[in-house]
Amino acid sequence: MGLFIAQLLTGLANAGALFMVASGLSLIFGVTRVVNFAHGSFYMLGAYVGYTLMQVLPGAVGFWGAILLAGLIVGLIGIIVEICVLRPVYSAPELFQLVATFGVILVIQDLTLMIWGPTDLLGPRAPGLKGVVRIMGEPVPQYDIALIVITPFVALALWYLIARTRVGTLVRAATQDREMVGALGVNQAWLFTGVFFLGCALAGLGGALQLPKGGADLLMDFSILASVFVVVVIGGMGSLPGAYLAAVIISVLNVFGVTYLPQSTLVLMFVVMVIVLMVRPFGLLGREEVAGEHGQVGEPERPIRPAGTGVRLLVAFLLALLASVPLLGSNFYNVLITDILIFCLFAASLHFLLGQGGLVSFGHAAFFGGGAYVAALLVTYAGTPMELALLLAPLGAGLAAIVIGWVCLRSTGVYFAMLTLAFGQLLWSLAFQWGDITGGDDGLVNIWPSDWASDNVVFFYLALVLCVGGILLLRHAAHAPFGYALRAARDSARQAEATGINTRHVQWVAFTFAGTMAGLAGGLFVFSKGSVFPNELEIARSFDALIVVFLGGVKTLSGGWVGGAFFESVKDVLTRFEYWRLALGLLIIFVVIVAPDGIVGSLRKLGERLGWLRGERELR
Amino acid sequence: MNRKTFLTGITGLVAASTWAASGMALMAQSGEPIKIGEINHYKRLAAFAEPYKKGIELALEEINAEGGVLDRPLEFIFRDDQGDPGEAIKIAEELMTSEGAAMITGSILSNVGLAIASLAAEKEWVYLAAEPLADAVTWSQGNPWTFRLRASTYMQAAMLAEQAAQTDAVKYATIAPNYAYGKDAVAAFKEVLTELKPEVEFVGEQWPALFKIDAGAEVQALERAKPDAIYNVTFGPDLAKFVREGGTRGLFEGRTVYGLLSGEPEYIEPLGDEAPEGWVVTGYPWYDFTEDDGANKAFVDAYQARWEETPKLGSLVGYMTAQSIAAAIEKAGSTEGDAIRQAFEGLTVETPVDTITFREIDNQATMGAFVGKTMLKDGAGVMTDWTYKDGADYLPSDEEVAKLRPAE
Amino acid sequence: MTPVLSVRNLSRSFGAIRAVDDVSFDLAPGELLALIGPNGAGKSTCFNMLMGQLRPSAGKVLLKGQEITGMRPRRIWRMGVGRTFQITATYASMTVVENVQMALISHYRRIYAPLPYATRLYRDEAMDLLETVGMEDQADRHCAVLAYGDLKRLELATALAHDPFLLLMDEPTAGMAPRERIGLMQLTADILNSKGISVLFTEHDMDVVFAHAHRVMVLNRGQLIANGPVEEIRADPRVQEVYLGGGTVFAAQAAGAHDA
Repeated sequence: MGLFIAQLLTGLANAGALFMVASGLSLIFGVTRVVNFAHGSFYMLGAYVGYTLMQVLPGAVGFWGAILLAGLIVGLIGIIVEICVLRPVYSAPELFQLVATFGVILVIQDLTLMIWGPTDLLGPRAPGLKGVVRIMGEPVPQYDIALIVITPFVALALWYLIARTRVGTLVRAATQDREMVGALGVNQAWLFTGVFFLGCALAGLGGALQLPKGGADLLMDFSILASVFVVVVIGGMGSLPGAYLAAVIISVLNVFGVTYLPQSTLVLMFVVMVIVLMVRPFGLLGREEVAGEHGQVGEPERPIRPAGTGVRLLVAFLLALLASVPLLGSNFYNVLITDILIFCLFAASLHFLLGQGGLVSFGHAAFFGGGAYVAALLVTYAGTPMELALLLAPLGAGLAAIVIGWVCLRSTGVYFAMLTLAFGQLLWSLAFQWGDITGGDDGLVNIWPSDWASDNVVFFYLALVLCVGGILLLRHAAHAPFGYALRAARDSARQAEATGINTRHVQWVAFTFAGTMAGLAGGLFVFSKGSVFPNELEIARSFDALIVVFLGGVKTLSGGWVGGAFFESVKDVLTRFEYWRLALGLLIIFVVIVAPDGIVGSLRKLGERLGWLRGERELR
Repeated sequence: MNRKTFLTGITGLVAASTWAASGMALMAQSGEPIKIGEINHYKRLAAFAEPYKKGIELALEEINAEGGVLDRPLEFIFRDDQGDPGEAIKIAEELMTSEGAAMITGSILSNVGLAIASLAAEKEWVYLAAEPLADAVTWSQGNPWTFRLRASTYMQAAMLAEQAAQTDAVKYATIAPNYAYGKDAVAAFKEVLTELKPEVEFVGEQWPALFKIDAGAEVQALERAKPDAIYNVTFGPDLAKFVREGGTRGLFEGRTVYGLLSGEPEYIEPLGDEAPEGWVVTGYPWYDFTEDDGANKAFVDAYQARWEETPKLGSLVGYMTAQSIAAAIEKAGSTEGDAIRQAFEGLTVETPVDTITFREIDNQATMGAFVGKTMLKDGAGVMTDWTYKDGADYLPSDEEVAKLRPAE
Repeated sequence: MTPVLSVRNLSRSFGAIRAVDDVSFDLAPGELLALIGPNGAGKSTCFNMLMGQLRPSAGKVLLKGQEITGMRPRRIWRMGVGRTFQITATYASMTVVENVQMALISHYRRIYAPLPYATRLYRDEAMDLLETVGMEDQADRHCAVLAYGDLKRLELATALAHDPFLLLMDEPTAGMAPRERIGLMQLTADILNSKGISVLFTEHDMDVVFAHAHRVMVLNRGQLIANGPVEEIRADPRVQEVYLGGGTVFAAQAAGAHDA
């Protein structure tokens, strides 16, 4: 019994920092609809800033003062980010801002490394709270008790701010209807900035508060991000009480998971999230998202047109050019462009889902990595030849997509995205944990192409044919009745259903199709690299594709592969420099601001303005 | 229009690569330098990769000051792979085919090491895995083209198991990050300890997610198992949290903890004055070397003089990596891949710690590790009563090793 | 002759509120039947149940004698029922003609056809439909830039794509200027008459209702309080009371009230 209570208290203490970070994310999302990927970075900054302040400020007053100041400073940094990075892109298409926040992550990572150096910092202990309290004989750290007490106060203060003050009323109104707030004569821009300040300050506070339980290190931004998203989603996006409830549930469950199911540490929270969303598609205390509520900000997407003869000739010419790359005689270019081609197919498959279907998947790597693992497992355990493995990889990934799609499509919007993320994570942990079969994180190695394709040039042509073929197939599907039905389901599900289209079914097929194509890319990937590891299934891999799709341009037909080609090339160049993350982050932010329609969309507009392209006006 | 964007990307890339290549060419001194491709996670694991790189650079300066290798300067091309195996493969291809590297080395993470090893076998390129610890690098996934410098997980776990077997402790609990290295480390410790002392019993196993430890809960779970001793494999931020919670909650009272790698400066230094006392660990006690330790002392002095900072274990490994490669090429008398490979087999190298041999049977070097007890000294954790254990003594018998490696 | 549509004892509650309460009526072939009532009377709820968007709490809906209660909208549509919405629902990312083509593709079950490109499928047929609503000259315009009235006409053309025998129109003239309304309703009535389609529609604008409806039903607080020919309804004191109670009269000025 004593142990049980002690465990419960540990869980409650852990919930503290998690709640603060999560409530900040939830607030920001609720009001601005920005999915702030950089939230973990603000948490990390809070820890580093807090650490530095604690070195300077003496005693208990200094300690607690440092925590508050850290929150304040991180909040101010949040304001800078909001004004410089997000403000210019609020009118961009839905979720586009998350790309900007991704750039912010990279910038903060390198800046933190520059300022504080690579060594992990051990957090100072709280003065006067270094010991333990015995509760029924079990030791409970005093600082845990402090956290358990502080958290509800922060939660209450937040609740008071939101529920009882004029600012809070405005925030709540904005959560319900952004335009209404504008109509009330409130400066919406400053409301957003204020909320961003508050959200980031909470993240910073969380980072500083956890210092006595750990410290500051350069990996903490990503290690908390997934848990924070899970908490926010389980609680219901935008709901503060939900965030608190979910933080407690996740933390407490985790403590018991650690004790009674020690191997469960990787998956537990994702399993909980899937179960919660299956039962309550909008989280525990979330509110149903009204269709189109956050949808089409900015100008509507334009109709698509089949390519004319000129464009077709151009494409043929460029493909011929691409096919002559091996004539350059550089082995490295063959390898590099093979890599780029494979990534382009992966990005194009996600782009089809996102651009045509409006289905934002945060877990598309499940199918890329899934395809790679199918091929690798077949080769390792069945001695399958490459040709057959390349056929079965997309089929296997497609099969996975059928199952995952069926579950995920029960939800919509951000919840759909989070469910795909959860499944990606489940597949990842399967590959990671099931070491006997998958090799765990030591992966599967020695999966090389058949003899005829083992030369890099031959493999380049194989990849060229399959990837370009795949991309053309995806493009064809966009023009085919199926692509139109998919867009119909996105534009107006009500109208589509009322004219005989089974929208869920169409989306399900699209999800499967995109998964299959990603699986093909994954199959090619494994033979080009000779090995596969769980990181091909990771969230980071899904985000790679997501970022390039947005940067390429969601509301265009070619945004996926153009973004992929552009950024894989740029990345290959930038990673040669020491502070490449900073450079890449700034580049992403730059592209986001100057090209809010993505690279393709913005170039198209430029072309129209210069009169090179037939513009929208002629259609009117 | 869209294709144009793509082309722009490609042209930019071509331009940048040529630029990079010409930059490298400028660095050539007398004679064409011998280039070695070095791939590592300079950003992702900066705290480990930077001392390692400094160790290499120190060795290179010394080697080149003495006339280089085969009368040519030795040069490393350092590249960041972001800790991504796929990226590492691409870079390896570039280094070997475009940059003209004679062989590849690098990686800290085992999975990247295994990926490069597989590529090395496929392309018949020599790869020296310096830091990756996974047993698979030289055993289950071993191949003729891959060599490993550092004492593997198995070897270091065996050293600790040997220490543990000499005590009265019977009930053991383990805590290790939930990934391949953690699992290997626990399995090896169990295997060797059970062999040495069959009556031991493992009463609890904890598997926190890497870098996401819930330390309070893990400590409670370990306490619940009531072990006599604890075997710890966690490291980095996980170790800091584990030590703090364990200390606060009294987990370590009356229990010996065996900490794999916990005595390495990379891990124990960040703990400051909260470093645990009385743990039996593998590590690197550079601060204790005296003139009696000869080459060890000389290396530490040279490193501190050159970089104005204290060495980490990575510094030593980096230094030994460059030494080993220089020795292999000198022995091969050529920069041709197969000659280097043959030279590595059975190669002996004079290093700061000892004379090491790259065993012919499994391409594993006999570099050992320092084993000692932790204590606090001047507000920092150090190792005391340490001894250097020769890696050769902690490897399974040749017959067993032969069984572990795939047929060649 | 079997009625095209029969509704029997249809009810729907939301919590304690009975939004639609025991409504029964028939729709004869070729009939233009209007369903009117003040705001919140339950017209839209009633409509959503007929088309399958909403499940009734009780009661039955029969289409040509066949029960369709609780069927999904897309199945009801396949049985030959078209629908237009109070707030237009079109595909904003497509051209005008593609909107109609989409309905035709669905009707001919070609959604999963690999070839040809959708934009070439049934284009002629779609153009014919656009012609019937007078939009053929706007066929290749981007749907998102259309004026509201044009969207309404487009929606009508789309609703006619699968040659329905019954059309359910929820406030076909909502949100339009008074003059446009008359025009649109005249057009609608002409098309429907020429094709012999039966129509059930709701409407706020009494001028529109009395000018075109063959018969009128009045819904108030979920209950059907009157059902009869136009003249009879106009004279019905209960109906007068419902509307006068709401502060409006049967005249064009009522239209302005709900435009905002």
